[in-house]
Amino acid sequence: MEQSLNCLTEINGATMKLLKITAGWLEPLIKLIKGESPKQQLMIIGRGLIVPLLGIAVFLAIWQGTAPRIVTSLGAFPGPVQVWEQSVNLVTEHNEEREKAEAFYERQRVRNEKKLAKNPDAVVKIRSYTGKPTFLDQIVTSLVTVMTGFLLASAIAIPVGILIGLSPTLYGAINPLIQLFKPVSPLAWLPLVTMVVSAVYVSSDPMFSKSFITSMLTVLLCCLWPTMINTAVGVAGISKDLLNVSKVLSLGWWTHIFKIVLPSAIPMMFTGLRLSLGIAWMVLIAAEMLAQNPGLGKFVWDEFQNGSSNSLGRIMVAVLVIGFIGFVLDRLMLSLQKGASWDKSAVLR
Amino acid sequence: MTISHLELTDVCIDFPTPNGPFRALNHVNLNVDKGEFISLIGHSGCGKSTVLNIVAGLYQATQGGVVLDGKEVDQPGPERAVVFQNHSLLPWLSAYENVELAVKQVFKKRKTKSEMREWIEHNLQLVHMEHAMDKRPDEISGGMKQRVGIARALAMEPKVLLMDEPFGALDALTRAHLQDSLMEIHADLGNTVIMITHDVDEAVLLSDRIVMMTNGPAATIGDVLNIELDRPRERVSMSESEEYNHYRHEVLKFLYERQRNPADVEAEVVEDESKGGPELELIGKEDAA
Repeated sequence: MEQSLNCLTEINGATMKLLKITAGWLEPLIKLIKGESPKQQLMIIGRGLIVPLLGIAVFLAIWQGTAPRIVTSLGAFPGPVQVWEQSVNLVTEHNEEREKAEAFYERQRVRNEKKLAKNPDAVVKIRSYTGKPTFLDQIVTSLVTVMTGFLLASAIAIPVGILIGLSPTLYGAINPLIQLFKPVSPLAWLPLVTMVVSAVYVSSDPMFSKSFITSMLTVLLCCLWPTMINTAVGVAGISKDLLNVSKVLSLGWWTHIFKIVLPSAIPMMFTGLRLSLGIAWMVLIAAEMLAQNPGLGKFVWDEFQNGSSNSLGRIMVAVLVIGFIGFVLDRLMLSLQKGASWDKSAVLR
Repeated sequence: MTISHLELTDVCIDFPTPNGPFRALNHVNLNVDKGEFISLIGHSGCGKSTVLNIVAGLYQATQGGVVLDGKEVDQPGPERAVVFQNHSLLPWLSAYENVELAVKQVFKKRKTKSEMREWIEHNLQLVHMEHAMDKRPDEISGGMKQRVGIARALAMEPKVLLMDEPFGALDALTRAHLQDSLMEIHADLGNTVIMITHDVDEAVLLSDRIVMMTNGPAATIGDVLNIELDRPRERVSMSESEEYNHYRHEVLKFLYERQRNPADVEAEVVEDESKGGPELELIGKEDAA
C-alpha cells in the first residue's frame, strides 16, 4: 500500500512538472484533490480559472444579446448558438467527405481487381479523390504552410542575427535594410512573390504547388525580422566577462559560438521566435485570402463569396479557430522557451 | 643577470579618448619568480586591473611588454588563467561543466576522457566543491561560485594565476574561508599568483610581496614590500604578531599618507571652490555696479 502511494507521488511529481509548463491552473486543482491547504488552493483556482471563465461568459452573453440586432444582407449576425451549430456542421461535412473519399477508393479498388482478374497484364489506373477540401483539411494546410515558412525563416534569421550581432560593421550594413523591410505588409509582398514564383518555379512535376510556395514565401519574408533583430541584440549583449573567459580559454570560433554566444543569446532569440510565429500566423491568413491559396484564409474568402445564410456563422467559426490556433502556437513556443532558457528566474508570460 | 619567470618591462599604456591619448600606466617594471605570491594594492582607478589585463593579454601595452618564460605575451591564453571578480561562470552550465569547458580546451588530445573526468573532479575537490558539482551557478552561493571559478582557473594548470579582486564581492567570513583555501592550494601546488586586492589584511596574510601602486593618471609602482612571515600563516595568531602589524602599518601608511585616495582629494578641492564662490560673486556685482 505504502509503496503504491510512493509510486503515485512520484508520478504526480512528473505530471506536476508537465502541467506547470502546459496549464498552470491545473496544479492547484490537483493539490486541492490531494488535500493540500484547501483554502489557499481554492483561492488560486478562483483567480486562475473562475475569473477567466466569468469573463468568457459575460462576453458570450453580450454577443448573444447584440448579434440578432445586427441585420446584414445575409441575415442576422450569428450569435454563439448559431456559431456552435455551424462548427458542428463543419465537422459533419468533413466526416461525410471522408466517407465519400473512402467509398471512391473502395469502388476503384474493386474495379481494378475485376480488370486484373480478367486480364492479368492490364494496366490499372489509380486516381486520387478530388473532392473539395473541408474546413479541417484547410486547417491542416494552413498549419503546414505556416510551420514551413516559419522554420525556413528561422533557419535564415538566426545565423544572420548571430553574424550581425557579432560584428558591428555587418550590423551597420544590414540594419537599414532590416528597418526598411520590417514594416512592409504581406499584402505588398504578395503580388511580387506570386509573379516571381510563377516565373522561377517552373517544373513539369512540381513537388509543391505554386500556391503553397507563394504563401510560404510571403510568410517567410514577413517573419524573418523579429527573430533576426532579437538574436542580434542578444548576441551583442553578451557580458564582457564571458567574452574575456572565452579569450583566456582561447576558444576556437565554433566553440565560442556554440558554448558562449548561442546559449547567452537564447532568451532573446526565443522572444524573437515567438514574435515571428505570431506574425507568421497573421500574415498567412491574409496571404491565403488574397492569393486564393488553400488554407483557412481561402475558406473565409470562399464563404464570403458564397453568401449563404450560413456563411457568416461559418466565417465566425473560422475566426475563433484562427484565434485559438494562434494562442496554442504561442503557448507551444512559450513552453519551448521555458525548456530552453537557462535563466529560470526570468518571468516568462 | 638571471632571467625571471615573469617580467614586466617598462610597461606603459595609453587609452584613446576624444581629447587625445590618456596615459593610464607609466613605466611599470616588475619581476616575478616562480611560485611567488604577489599582491597588487592601490586606490580604485589606479590601474591595478589594467596591469593584470596586460599580463593576461586582454590589453596590449602601448610601450614595453610582458615576457613569460622567455616568451612575449601578445594575446590571452590558458597558461595565464584569470579568476574574475564576479566569478564569470557560464550560467547555463553546471559547476562540473564549467570546469570541463576549460579542461577540454587545454588538454585536448593530451588526456583521455576518464583522465579529464578525474582531473576535473580533483580540481573541484581542491576548492571543496565536490558536493555541488552538478549545481548550476544560480543554485549556489557567491562564495561557492568563486570557488568554482578558482577551480576552473587551476584546472588549466596555468604558469601564472591571475586574480582580479577574487574575494571583493564576498562577505568577511566567506572571504576568510576562501583565503585559507587559497593559502592551502598555493602551499600544495606552488603556483605563481598575481592577485589584485583592496584589502590590506588579505594582502599581508597571503603575499610574499605586496606591490603598492600610485594613483592615476600615469600610475606606476610606488613601493614594493617584502613580507617575510613564516608559512603556514594562521590568521588568528597573526593578528597578535608584531611583525604582521608592522607590515600592515606599512601598507596603510603608503595608502593613506603617501597616496591619498583621489576621491578624498577631489572632495577637498570642491570644498575650496565652494568657499571661493561667494567672493567671486561679490566682485562680479561690484563690476556691474
